[in-house]
Amino acid sequence: MVSLTINGERHDLDVPDEMPLLWVIRDVVGLTGTKFGCGVAQCGCCTVHVGDSAVRSCVTPVSSVAGKSITTIEALGTSDQPHPLQQAWVDEEVPQCGYCQSGQLMAISGLLKTNQHPTADDLATSITNICRCGTYDRIRKAVARATGGGQTS
Amino acid sequence: MTSLDRADFMRLGSIFAGSLVLGVGPSGCANRSGSAPQASPAAEPEGFKLNAWLVVHPDEKVTVFVAKSEMGQGVATGMPTIVADELDIPFENVLVEFAPAAAAYQDPQFHLQITGGSTSTASSWMPLRTAGASARAMLVAAAAKQWGVEASTLTTKAGSVIDAKNDRTATYGSLAAAAASMPVPAKPVLKTREQFTLIGKVNKRIDTPHKVNGTAKYGIDVRVPGMKFASILYPPVFGAKVVSFDATKAKQVKGVIAVVQVPRGVAVVADNSWAAFQGKAALVVKYDEGPFASADSEHLKTQFLKLASERTGAIPAVQRGAQSVPGRRLAALYFGHPAAHATMEPQNATASVTSDGVEIWAPTQVQTLAQLGAAKIAGVPPEKVKVHTTYLGGGFGRRLYADFTNDAVAVSKAIKAPAQVIWTREDDIQHDWYKPMAANAVSGVLDEHGNVVAMQHTVVMDSIFKPLGFPLPPSGLDSISLDSVINTQYEIANYHAYYVNPNSGVPAGSLRAPGANWNNFVVESFLDELAHAAGKDPLAFRLALLRKNRLATNVLETVAKNAAWGSPAPGTKHGIAFGFWNGTPAATIAEVSMDGATPRVHRAFVVADVGIAVNPTIVRQQLEGATNYGLSLALASKITIKGGAVQEHNFYDYRVLRIDRAPDIHVEVLETTGSPSGVGEIATILIAPAVANAVFALNGKRARVLPFSEAYA
Repeated sequence: MVSLTINGERHDLDVPDEMPLLWVIRDVVGLTGTKFGCGVAQCGCCTVHVGDSAVRSCVTPVSSVAGKSITTIEALGTSDQPHPLQQAWVDEEVPQCGYCQSGQLMAISGLLKTNQHPTADDLATSITNICRCGTYDRIRKAVARATGGGQTS
Repeated sequence: MTSLDRADFMRLGSIFAGSLVLGVGPSGCANRSGSAPQASPAAEPEGFKLNAWLVVHPDEKVTVFVAKSEMGQGVATGMPTIVADELDIPFENVLVEFAPAAAAYQDPQFHLQITGGSTSTASSWMPLRTAGASARAMLVAAAAKQWGVEASTLTTKAGSVIDAKNDRTATYGSLAAAAASMPVPAKPVLKTREQFTLIGKVNKRIDTPHKVNGTAKYGIDVRVPGMKFASILYPPVFGAKVVSFDATKAKQVKGVIAVVQVPRGVAVVADNSWAAFQGKAALVVKYDEGPFASADSEHLKTQFLKLASERTGAIPAVQRGAQSVPGRRLAALYFGHPAAHATMEPQNATASVTSDGVEIWAPTQVQTLAQLGAAKIAGVPPEKVKVHTTYLGGGFGRRLYADFTNDAVAVSKAIKAPAQVIWTREDDIQHDWYKPMAANAVSGVLDEHGNVVAMQHTVVMDSIFKPLGFPLPPSGLDSISLDSVINTQYEIANYHAYYVNPNSGVPAGSLRAPGANWNNFVVESFLDELAHAAGKDPLAFRLALLRKNRLATNVLETVAKNAAWGSPAPGTKHGIAFGFWNGTPAATIAEVSMDGATPRVHRAFVVADVGIAVNPTIVRQQLEGATNYGLSLALASKITIKGGAVQEHNFYDYRVLRIDRAPDIHVEVLETTGSPSGVGEIATILIAPAVANAVFALNGKRARVLPFSEAYA
């Protein structure tokens, strides 16, 4: 039995210790906003916050986050009060297929906790999430918009 | 059945009560066919279906059925925009629902329900405008009857019929019931371009809010009561067959429920995806590997290059002018490795086979083939197969194949329960329908003034048409594999093109701008070779060959102006490429420097003439995204065959573009003809040659192989 808190709600789960957090969130708890993309921490689709840190849930054994507070895309903001990045994503029309965007938003919102004004170079260094639709240029613009300027190139 | 045969009443339940139907997934889709809704809002406004494409609700909302798959290219916004404009309603009143698989929704060009070839907006433009205008005429007719006036005295605005003379209005919602019994007009009057209120003016996407908060439902998010998760072990070698398997260890994995053989492999069925993956890893399978087991990329490459240079078994595709032309002759051989689509959402599908028929929920680009495949496997007539299309986490042509939907149907049939077949990334990379391996032999002749007077081009590439299920013509010519060669826009007096189908055994597929995504690299790189040999400016060289094609010269001149052609930023060089895809001429200039052996694209300038942009923001997104997709392919994406199997596994060895190498992209959209042309693929074919030509300008190295990781190694 593993206990963890997801989006403020406590879950006591009968799952194997080594089961990745991603599949606990998706297939056991039933929150599908967090996506599966690679299973080996390469693409970032599965990014969630554990405490204040952005982690790749596909390689995070659920036992390693027992007792921790986890935030998924469903609780990054609310419809009344979206996270500034979510609003900027809408304003800049970032998503195309949208599949990677939960992970992009969770990864970059995680970055903002330590770097409130990331430059394009910071994003290039810190964000390795893959977007196959190629929305990268809009992501840079949206981050700049959300963080009050910054440089876009 | 045509879309406007007969206005049929259709009472619609709770799914239309929400603010946006789009993306509700299985519950919403199931409800339309009359089964019990899974979520029942209190108020359930009835709707009246005025034709196959739209339902007008008493609360003034209008549901528009989108018969194309939303894979990021924006059809879920653009297509309803076209209907809503002709119907004359505010965009805010639009609800969107994906159409079921049905004859009314088949593409007029392909005679299938299919999304591909950058055809959606172009081929739906007149049918959707007609559907909107027809419904509008029926609403006007209903008002005219109610008020006892001539329909010609009435106008419409923002969802109401207006009788200006008698100072009265009636909303569409109030007229919908009566309108449904009005005759369908034979030839409704369409708006002029100047009268459009939404086309060209709506710049947001209807799906964006759902895609930033985790609520958009993709195929992988489908949850059906009682469903199991399944992962299939496919034979690694192409064409291999399962001889026997030992499931003892797989069945010991906690959560694994069953192991069953299906036509294409061995399926591990579990109560969650991860258990299915673990069970699959524990399977022991014996294969009959078949004749492809000895195939490898190096050997195939040698064969392909030989076929190209010797033109063995070549089929003439274009024969224009003289074969032998005096002048200075240049020749080159180009080679491209295969590449995988790598859609962000791995392939998956959910199916339920029961005694009543089959239901499929899938991120598919080809509803008709999914339906036919399921019918065959389940042994039911096609009309007993309901196909529910979810959002697609990327398409790029990968989901034009019914392999993954067929597998879900086979598993559900075997376990007698709903099943979601979910692929690992490794399955996805190793069992794709690949951008084919290709070798091209190209030559050109320059006259004494440095003008191109002759060109010959031989393409060696597996047929892309055939695996899509389309028959090749008796000649054996594959027009997709020859795209950008047989339909070249360049005017060259003596032009000869040939096709060699090598039948390599590697599954060949339709990948974003298929055929052209390779051939245009060859054409545009080789033109650059010729321009340099002639001592001419690559832009002027192209303009001279296109001088009678105003749309083409216009995009080239515009992109040159935008990029300040000839004045690249310090430390960089410019490269230029032109291309043409499904009616759209476009050009790209890349501003490039080198990081060791890797090109770095600082800025990409793209200009495309799309005829008319229904949603300018979405057109820009597509040109930006296709540029990055093409750059990703060109930089390092490579599929290697060894022992008949793909050697790459996942994003650590199948490398794709990330934000660190993504250029700033400047787009300008031209709209000359007023009629939409293809948008989603064109920019894919421009960036690789533009970059290669810039690298040549930088260091004199000519890339005659893709990806660049091999060319500049």
